[in-house]
Amino acid sequence: MSILVNRNTRLIVQGFTGKEGTYHSEQMIEYGTPLVGGVTPGKGGQSHLGRPVFNTVADAVREEGANTTVIFVPPPFAADAILEATTAGIETIVCITEGIPARDMISVYHYVHKKGATLIGPNCPGVVTPGQAKVGIMPAMIFKEGSVGVVSRSGTLTYEAVDQLSRQGLGQSTAVGIGGDPVIGSRFVDILRLFEADPETSAVVMIGEIGGNAEEEAATYIKDHMSKPVFAFIAGSTAPPGRRMGHAGAIISGGKGTAEDKFAALEEAGARIVMNPAAIGEMVANSVST
Amino acid sequence: MKVHEYQGKDILASFGVSVQAGTIARTVNEAVSAAEALNEASGVDLFVVKAQIHAGGRGKGGGVKLARGVEEVRRRATDILGMTLITHQTGPAGQKVRSVLIAEAVDIASEFYLGITLDRERNMSVIMASTEGGVDIETVAAETPEKIVKIWIDPSIGLQAFQAREIAFSFGLEGAALKQAIEFITALYMAYEKSDCSLAEINPLVLTRQGEIMAVDAKIILDDNALFRHKDLLELRDLAEEDPLEVEASRHSLNYVKLDGNVGCMVNGAGLAMATMDIIKLAGGEPANFLDVGGAANPESVEAGFRIILKDPNVRAILVNIFGGIVRCDQVAMGVVEASKNVGIEMPLIVRLQGTNAEEGKKILDESGLSIATAVVFQEAADKVTQILQSA
Repeated sequence: MSILVNRNTRLIVQGFTGKEGTYHSEQMIEYGTPLVGGVTPGKGGQSHLGRPVFNTVADAVREEGANTTVIFVPPPFAADAILEATTAGIETIVCITEGIPARDMISVYHYVHKKGATLIGPNCPGVVTPGQAKVGIMPAMIFKEGSVGVVSRSGTLTYEAVDQLSRQGLGQSTAVGIGGDPVIGSRFVDILRLFEADPETSAVVMIGEIGGNAEEEAATYIKDHMSKPVFAFIAGSTAPPGRRMGHAGAIISGGKGTAEDKFAALEEAGARIVMNPAAIGEMVANSVST
Repeated sequence: MKVHEYQGKDILASFGVSVQAGTIARTVNEAVSAAEALNEASGVDLFVVKAQIHAGGRGKGGGVKLARGVEEVRRRATDILGMTLITHQTGPAGQKVRSVLIAEAVDIASEFYLGITLDRERNMSVIMASTEGGVDIETVAAETPEKIVKIWIDPSIGLQAFQAREIAFSFGLEGAALKQAIEFITALYMAYEKSDCSLAEINPLVLTRQGEIMAVDAKIILDDNALFRHKDLLELRDLAEEDPLEVEASRHSLNYVKLDGNVGCMVNGAGLAMATMDIIKLAGGEPANFLDVGGAANPESVEAGFRIILKDPNVRAILVNIFGGIVRCDQVAMGVVEASKNVGIEMPLIVRLQGTNAEEGKKILDESGLSIATAVVFQEAADKVTQILQSA
């Protein structure tokens, strides 16, 4: 099982022939991801990395049965790329692009939801189901097959958590980077729901950060619906209010969105709180073995 | 990106939003000329001299003064220009006032609050309105939330006339003022959307004794991600309002935020950078900064990062924490070695490298002959921070 992507995924890459798209497509292919082609408008009919290039997503769906896309298109064109994929009937859309205007994402978010597609990101590292599919930019070597689900708003902090788990001998069912922007396609609660329903996931590591209230929303879901243990760390306990901490969405505004509030909400909901970001793997390991 | 009140009012006025008349002045003479011109245009004799800094609470800090007649404008402008204004938003160091807005004083009958921002829970814009104008909206939200009316905007249809009416009615207005308020709300929404604002806040929005609806203050924050399509607005950036180290960092594509602690850090990725700050605190130190070198960490950016961290006199030790994905640790290690030779780092340096080419990176550091404490796992790096702080 796993969630979102697996060996039956039929992945295409939007922005396939660009520098970023090419580099990461090579990595994804090397990992064994079922990457069936790519889209670069104007280059349809060519071949790239041994895969066909299409002018439109609709062509890729028709010719290759694509059901998943990963987007490496620059910010001014990324919203259009997501809308094109949605309209063409792609089920799972992973958008890596950082820097998409919030106004664009508001319209995109509601359109994607209306069409029933799943959007991960933007401004995210992607999704990896170890041993089956690597969609995005996460480094392959840190992953290990297993049953811990990982969901995070961060990039490198996700790698940190996954690495800590793997070092403890704990593999992952799927790791999902949901992105650091204020408007993202899937929030913690959407991914927790998938992990709860996935028979191959036995526990979940959730990595939040300051800003917004997606962690509080997740806490409510954990309290009411999660039977599996959730281990939670929130980055930014030492971040000052009113300052954006790198991610567009990581800001404490009007006294809301502090790490303290999020830890408190999650603890109250029965999640296992991890206060030390270096002890994520250890804590899951101790809990699983006892 | 933040803009000044006068810039915000200019943006709003260009969309037909009714704003208090005023002129920006950078010198006392300009302030006097501005007052004279306003007097000539409308016969006004009562002015407000308003300090222009990127922080709220200016009135309480003494940066906003009434002035009757041109001579008082001269005196007030002399006082305010060049002063260091300290408000709850500037921090204890305050912010130097480099310009003042000379505005016509308004005869206020009622004050309201009107703001538009992104509601992150619903992923749509929300208009918030309250009859409690002139008061901090967070205070209203905490104490009397029932006094805030919220209207959400469906992005597929935008603001509708009935919604603008609902807000205007919530102010208790009628007749010509009601009609003006509806026009104001509609124009404000247009300005918010078309300029890609993250926040457009009018506090207070006033009804004058003459029956006019107008913005007396304006707080506009623009979405950084959308500035590529607003070259004109990008020119409104005022570097003098930003921390010089943060400005320098942005020139090197580094994301730096200065904090008050004693342990500097350099990290790739925003989430890991925050987690590194947090672990410095757990290790017994205080983070001196947030610094994300991003996905393009290379010798040049690492060196620039060190230079910026070292300009902060409070820093006693530096922790570099790199989890290599696209970033290769050996590249970073070479950057660290080069930088420490070029910059001269005369304080404890801890470098934790993990991920792509981490072993090669560690080898480069260990063989460099420099006194660098290296670490592989995150906790090891934190323990070394503790050791260093305890031995100091």
